[in-house]
Amino acid sequence: MPKFLTNINAISWYFLMPVLFIHFFVIAFPSILSLLLCLTDWNGFGKINYVGLENFEELFRDRIFKKAVYHNFIWTIMFLTIPVIVALIIAYLLTGIKRGQLFYRLVYFFPYILASIVNCLIWRYIFHPKHGLGGWFENQGIDFLSKSPFAMKETALYAVAWVDMWHFWGFLVIIYLTGMYQVDESLYEAADIEGATKFQKFRYITIPMIRPIFILSLIIIIIWSVPTFDYVYILTMGGPAYSSEVVANHLYSQAFQRMNVGYASTIGVMMFFYVGIIVGFFALLRRLGWEV
Amino acid sequence: MATARFRQRSSYINHSILFFMALTIILPLLVLIFNSIKPVEEFGTNPLGFPTEIRLMNYYDAWVNGNYTQIFFNSMTLVVGTLILNLTVSGLAAFSLAALNPRGIQTVVVGLYLLVGISIPAQLYILPLFLMWKSLYLLDTRIGLIIIYSALNAPFATFLIRSYMLQLPTELFEAAKLDGASTMQLFTRVALPLSWPVFLTTALIVSLNVWNEFLFAITFIITDDYKPISSILFAFQSRFANDYGLVSAASILMAAPIAILFMFFQRRFIAGLTSGATKG
Repeated sequence: MPKFLTNINAISWYFLMPVLFIHFFVIAFPSILSLLLCLTDWNGFGKINYVGLENFEELFRDRIFKKAVYHNFIWTIMFLTIPVIVALIIAYLLTGIKRGQLFYRLVYFFPYILASIVNCLIWRYIFHPKHGLGGWFENQGIDFLSKSPFAMKETALYAVAWVDMWHFWGFLVIIYLTGMYQVDESLYEAADIEGATKFQKFRYITIPMIRPIFILSLIIIIIWSVPTFDYVYILTMGGPAYSSEVVANHLYSQAFQRMNVGYASTIGVMMFFYVGIIVGFFALLRRLGWEV
Repeated sequence: MATARFRQRSSYINHSILFFMALTIILPLLVLIFNSIKPVEEFGTNPLGFPTEIRLMNYYDAWVNGNYTQIFFNSMTLVVGTLILNLTVSGLAAFSLAALNPRGIQTVVVGLYLLVGISIPAQLYILPLFLMWKSLYLLDTRIGLIIIYSALNAPFATFLIRSYMLQLPTELFEAAKLDGASTMQLFTRVALPLSWPVFLTTALIVSLNVWNEFLFAITFIITDDYKPISSILFAFQSRFANDYGLVSAASILMAAPIAILFMFFQRRFIAGLTSGATKG
């Protein structure tokens, strides 16, 4: 440590105080409260009774919760496949062109900066049975999309996920593109001399070289799909008949419509543990030298 | 030569795939823009196309019916307030972590603490926070939401600013110190003027996050007069459910400031958003 900065330890803590204070006040402290409240049956007003793990037992019997967990699982799988594959291909194609690249990057990225509420409005209109695509097909005399996919039990979850993916995949394109531009050009040149096809270069050079950023993107997707809320809440409210209910939605209705503070906290704690396990798992892999 | 011609042809295929994917984004956006200038009567006969009669009054209606002067003011207050509070606390913390004691135990402890903070889903703490805010009389106030937004964006902002400040030459700080500058002056006179680019990037991303935020906005603001634009637009969609011209105009009014900022600062937006995710 340089000599001129005496007493630096104390001073550097002073500079950290404001951010630690505000973060503790808004995030850490209520989180701890939640971890305590999940052991009670509090409804926000009356007496707080300690009930032990009763909430957890109830949660494992809760059919809607199980349904929601299943939907979150499907949601994660969808996001781990469709946008990832599309974004990988598009990013790879983008590295091959020079003219218009900036334009494409901007267009793909644009929905990512739009508010969830705006994106939802766009697609609610397009999927509207009377207007939008349904109306357009009806005017042509074709019976297609004459029912909104958001209003049908079979399709509601997928339709909502579609909107969220439409908004999200351009973000992945940029992430992968950044990774691909860091790949050493000479590897491709060597492959060209050996007569490798485009696909072979993609499979044997690009994919292994961008592995760290690729794995990181998968972790981000897994973690971000746990608290997914906006799109479901705006488009379907979890309906019809809980066919698109996700965990965050279930928690929100338990918390703010029914004021089941204890029960809602229990759901939050489960989400937290799940994210903790995922993060811990990847941290462990990294410690074991997996280079993820 | 042969390979060159092969490349040429395959680049047509590439371009058409890329163009098709661009259309899947552009066309829905165009539909929104068309709708915002379409009279109500035309929606049945012409659901997707360009309107035969342009009606800019939709924007006026949305502005007046939605009380948008007030709503824009509310959202702007949230953005400006969050920027002031968030950039102050994050800037101070980043300065401490990058310049004062980069190898100290603080970096590890605070880094870990903020990382854990990022991974916590908002749903874990939103309800206790709601009850806390209620008892502190911060519920349903703009300042209450500003505090929340500042905290939510603090880890990302701190990491981003710190990574930039780490590149500043330490000799500058040492020279200023020899000239008798206090630690606070090192921050305001040396670190701040040199790291304005990262503050600009951070400010853009934080503004974007605050402007678009939905969950906390609908939960913590109940009175219509204080509601920011995202929760007002949500209420709009059920109140004027069938007036698509008006709702589309209202949502374009929400997206426009962000879109304009994005056009001017695309590189900063993209770099900030992706590094926020990959470093955090």
